[in-house]
Amino acid sequence: MKIHVAGENALIVYFGERAGLDTDPKISAAVQRMTQALPTLLGGKLIDLVPSYASLLVLFDPLQTDHLAIRKAIHAATQQSRAEQQQDSRLVVLPAYYAEESGPDLRALAERAELSIDDVIALHQSTEYRVYAIGFAPGFAYLGQVDERIAAPRLSTPRQKVPKGAVAIADRQTAVYPAASPGGWNLIGLCPTPMFNPKAEPSMPVAVGDRIKFKAIEREEFLSLGGQLPEVLV
Amino acid sequence: MSIKILNPGILSLLQDAGRFGKHQIGLTSGGPMDPLAFHWANRLCDNPVGATAIEISVGGFKMESQVDTRIAVTGGEMPVKINGQDVLRWRSYAIARGDQIELGYSQRGCRAYLAVSGGFQVEPEFGSNATVVREKIGGLNGAPLTPDAVIPCQADTQTHCWQVPDNERPHYSKHITLRVIPGYQDHSFDRIQQRLFFHNTFDVSDRCDRMGYRLTGPQVHSSIEGILSEGICLGAIQVPADGQPIVLMNDRQTIGGYPKIGSVLSLDLAKLAQLMPGDKVNFAAITIDRAHNILHLAHSRFHATSLESVDETSTQDD
Repeated sequence: MKIHVAGENALIVYFGERAGLDTDPKISAAVQRMTQALPTLLGGKLIDLVPSYASLLVLFDPLQTDHLAIRKAIHAATQQSRAEQQQDSRLVVLPAYYAEESGPDLRALAERAELSIDDVIALHQSTEYRVYAIGFAPGFAYLGQVDERIAAPRLSTPRQKVPKGAVAIADRQTAVYPAASPGGWNLIGLCPTPMFNPKAEPSMPVAVGDRIKFKAIEREEFLSLGGQLPEVLV
Repeated sequence: MSIKILNPGILSLLQDAGRFGKHQIGLTSGGPMDPLAFHWANRLCDNPVGATAIEISVGGFKMESQVDTRIAVTGGEMPVKINGQDVLRWRSYAIARGDQIELGYSQRGCRAYLAVSGGFQVEPEFGSNATVVREKIGGLNGAPLTPDAVIPCQADTQTHCWQVPDNERPHYSKHITLRVIPGYQDHSFDRIQQRLFFHNTFDVSDRCDRMGYRLTGPQVHSSIEGILSEGICLGAIQVPADGQPIVLMNDRQTIGGYPKIGSVLSLDLAKLAQLMPGDKVNFAAITIDRAHNILHLAHSRFHATSLESVDETSTQDD
């Protein structure tokens, strides 16, 4: 573990050997444990936390504390989380309607991987993913790691509009677009579960550290779960 | 009781102090780009800290009051008129139902703040009224103010008005030095790159908004191309492969994968937010301890400064 200064009110904790380069479920679990431990240790001095793949950004109130006290709390959190029994993280299952009408890049991705469309679907839902980070847009969860055989680079020209619920792959990451937005990921299906709803509590069905599995559903079930097919998907 | 927007101008947004504790679901902080001017505007109206005000960028704003209340305008040098008569910034005025308040275009200082007694009363989202247009969250429907928008506020029978002492009003310069706390991947910028960064002048480019200010100048290169996405704090300076630094502001994404050389001191970020394309900046390194001392002093000074009482009968500009 390494602690670097990030800004006047921020320290960043890097987990793993090579600061900011390792992605690994064990490291992600350590990030999650510290994310859970710090609020109790810091109380009102803590402003916010940004957990990510192998780091945790700790934002504090510099009028109430300083970086030395925060460093101390970070070390205390390490001791504390070591002592705690390692809990299994929560498993969330997300339904996905994989088809060419819902996943316009499914065929190209299969051809590139020299696999059938069914193989791509089978590989995508057989892997258990982990939520490594949430960002880019409200509710956008980065899930990893995608099976190497179906990893695919971002599109050379991003789409102007990716529909809400799009299940997508970029390199070895996968995600569900929480809202319609521009995007360059490869679209392979649609998920009817809302990933971000400001009116709901909690507003997201997943959190950093959760385990995620996708489960293929048919068109009928997708529609009955409230899924909507965009009019034109190209 | 409310005010009505007649013309929102280039960009007018409802802002409170910002949205905190929500980075874990990907929400950014938002809030006023120039917190100092924002806090003065609220103090001039005897408001609680962080009451919701309007941030007016560049100018061209016009509103009509539908209530008797007090208002104050601080920040960028936009000429202010009440019912067509010039009035002063950095002071409060009692206004009556039907009065029209107008802000012209700024020559210096890009953001002004218009506060009203008690603050604007809208329903918070995720604990805050800060409008973040990219997220469609906060303010009125997560969007900039539009013509005919009606914003609820309280009546105020108090007519006593205040002004900010002259020597406490900021001067908006077109060439500023941003103090930087080196950090994040600063070690990936070797001595030559650090020298290029800290000893040259950069221009504010056209690509500057509430998310970030892209600067142009000598290219500065990190020895690493990218990193695993990690949390970005306010003021972080990311340097993409083209070597042109981007200072990340209130509406930044919460995570990103570009190398960063450090972060700008918040007090100077407020000054950067007042710059316009073509204005110039330099960078100077300070330690985090020094940054804390500066923040404590600024905080004490703000709270130790008393507002000056003004005679309500003189509303003429002098």
